Amino acid sequence: MVFGGLADRLQDTFKKITGKGKVNEQDVNIMAREVRLALLEADVNFRVVKDFIKRVKERAVGAEVMESLTPGQQVVKVVQDELTQLMGGEQSSIAVADRSPTVIMMVGLQGAGKTTTSGKLANLLRKKQNRKPLLVACDVYRPAAINQLQTVGKQLDIPVFEKGTEANPVDIAKEAIAHAKEEHLDYVIIDTAGRLHVDHELMDELTEVKEITSPDEIFLVVDAMTGQDAVNVAENFNEQLDVTGVVLTKLDGDTRGGAALSIRAVTDKPIKFAGMGEKLDELEEFHPDRMASRILGMGDVLSLIEKAETQVDEKQARELEEKMRTMSFTFEDFLEQMGQVRQMGPLEDLMAMIPGASKMKGLKNAQLDDSQISQVEAIIQSMTIEERQNPDVMNASRKRRIAKGSGTSVAQVNRLLKQFNEMKKMMKQMSGGKPGKKGGGFKMPFM
Amino acid sequence: MNFIQKLKRRFTQDESNEVSDTYKKGMEKTRNSFSGRINDLIARYRKVDEDFFEELEEVLITADVGVSTVMDFIDELKMEVKRQNIKDTKDTKEVISETLVSIYQSGDDESLSEINMQDDGELTVILVVGVNGVGKTTSIGKLAHSYKQEGKKVVLAAGDTFRAGAIEQLEEWGKRAEVDVVKQSEGSDPAAVIFDAIRAAKSRKADILICDTAGRLQNKVNLMNELGKVNRIIEREIPGAPHEVLLVLDATTGQNALSQAKTFSDVTNVSGIVLTKLDGTAKGGIVLAIRKELAIPVKYVGLGEKAEDLQPFEPDAFVYGLFAGMMDEEE
Repeated sequence: MVFGGLADRLQDTFKKITGKGKVNEQDVNIMAREVRLALLEADVNFRVVKDFIKRVKERAVGAEVMESLTPGQQVVKVVQDELTQLMGGEQSSIAVADRSPTVIMMVGLQGAGKTTTSGKLANLLRKKQNRKPLLVACDVYRPAAINQLQTVGKQLDIPVFEKGTEANPVDIAKEAIAHAKEEHLDYVIIDTAGRLHVDHELMDELTEVKEITSPDEIFLVVDAMTGQDAVNVAENFNEQLDVTGVVLTKLDGDTRGGAALSIRAVTDKPIKFAGMGEKLDELEEFHPDRMASRILGMGDVLSLIEKAETQVDEKQARELEEKMRTMSFTFEDFLEQMGQVRQMGPLEDLMAMIPGASKMKGLKNAQLDDSQISQVEAIIQSMTIEERQNPDVMNASRKRRIAKGSGTSVAQVNRLLKQFNEMKKMMKQMSGGKPGKKGGGFKMPFM
Repeated sequence: MNFIQKLKRRFTQDESNEVSDTYKKGMEKTRNSFSGRINDLIARYRKVDEDFFEELEEVLITADVGVSTVMDFIDELKMEVKRQNIKDTKDTKEVISETLVSIYQSGDDESLSEINMQDDGELTVILVVGVNGVGKTTSIGKLAHSYKQEGKKVVLAAGDTFRAGAIEQLEEWGKRAEVDVVKQSEGSDPAAVIFDAIRAAKSRKADILICDTAGRLQNKVNLMNELGKVNRIIEREIPGAPHEVLLVLDATTGQNALSQAKTFSDVTNVSGIVLTKLDGTAKGGIVLAIRKELAIPVKYVGLGEKAEDLQPFEPDAFVYGLFAGMMDEEE
């Protein structure tokens, strides 16, 4: 992260002010300045930042803070509150029409990810709500756009309605709805061509499609990496079409995603979904509170905690802790634990969610590569049960066999064995120090 | 003659007229908001003072130039204003545009935005990289068109084997530009496609091979490693190649573009930027920060949907595009 330094500075400022028993106007100004910089570097629109800072300052020097017992903490809370409020509440529902089919129109700039998102949305509707969606190819301009939607449809086994590139998008949309009625499909997702918000001719075409299909939802698809221009794009599309919601794409990148805040501020429309990967099941509900802390670079602690809670079985964790203490931790436990961590998602994502992780020595440059974990898994899986439970039996010929079986080298097997031993030692030290403590001792071995 | 007049003369009188017209037209939307705001600013503030600088800072930040670059710029501008003893805001126009161009050109030679073409009879390999949805395939189509117009023999390599429809999209561009496309099926190894394409380009005695790659977010380690492999295959097959690695950036992208430029440079030797979608209201100011921090020059800009709307980058013309409205008013 190029601007990791900025986030760290902000955290430092927050830390300093949190500890203060008395907060004066100067403290607030310093903090406001850092927050302003962080928001601007995160691509939040200038205008939006200005209003935001003004509100925070007003509240931070107001009575609610000064009279509280912990004014320092209160100031940070004001920032958080205001951000969360600006981001709006959680809303990931999709409208249902009184009479089938429900029509959803996807609009946005070129390259925002409309076609992929259309596919993901269809997949989500089918999987989570048991719906029968129809994808409609209305992008008649970009070469092979129809082809792309067809391929997506084929991968998902979801029907795609198209009339080639010669047809008019308005006619295609109209016929698609009739087709959906005939086939008893209950959702129609219209994938329109990407266009500039200032291209009057093409924007008028969208209005026409809207008039003829009277969609229940119009989703504006926006690239999370969009900069200051996000307000212009959102404002224009919203004015012309009165969109009903926003889908933020490419949020699996390392952008702070300040565009989310800008769009909310100028349109007051909810961000409903977030694209989190290239695979067609990687469309998630949007969590405004988490986005708020991501924009500030504060780490997504909440997400991490929630993920860990759902994925790691409490009982298993306690058993594991017991094993760590008694040194009976084996490769089998290791494997199991790795599986649990992997269920939480890609390692990098997990790391990104821990505040300050970028500051930790050694972790900063560590490439947390999922394929390395796969390799470790392969090595352990190539061991016999005896070897897993008692690594001391390992000899040269066993190592050769394991290396062969896992497609690695003896050196890699050796490295793992060494790491495992060191880890066990570390565990002993860790748990030996505070044997009575419950729950808190759970650590991931390769962190 | 002041700087703006010089620019104006250059772009309205000499043979580069056509170029400046494309810029002027393509950047119309960009300019309207940008120079309009500067003009407005100058009209509202008669005296050069702190408030004036603060608002100027705002205008630049909204052009996505980035906070730290803007602050450096403002510092430099303040010094210059002091040195020249400028009191009236009207007189700052020239210093503003001059300083902006100087950030970009910072001591480098004029051939900055030229493509590193090999001698006749030798193959020039251009690798095109970038995140998803920035317009890599479209830019390649347009590049192929323009090189073909110049009489070069061009081969395209369909290295995006991941995204649905990407190969067909490149083929369509190949058909339009009447150039060959080397491809394999979707899902095949991109390095193998590039390998084939190099062999094909050599045996067909092509002048230029342009390699498409799948869009990838720069924080995906595996995908970046895959790109590194593609790059190594090219290096191995032709010493000194790829002769150009073009990073395609979407002008609407904000500060993340800097991270993109940095990370893609770690895996490949990014030699230039293609700034696309400049025909919207976005200003692509981040290229200034990229130029300043990483010294990567912009080589092409996308100013429209048509094949000929991809233009070689000219820093002066870019600034002219931003300020054209201001210049017209000077008359």
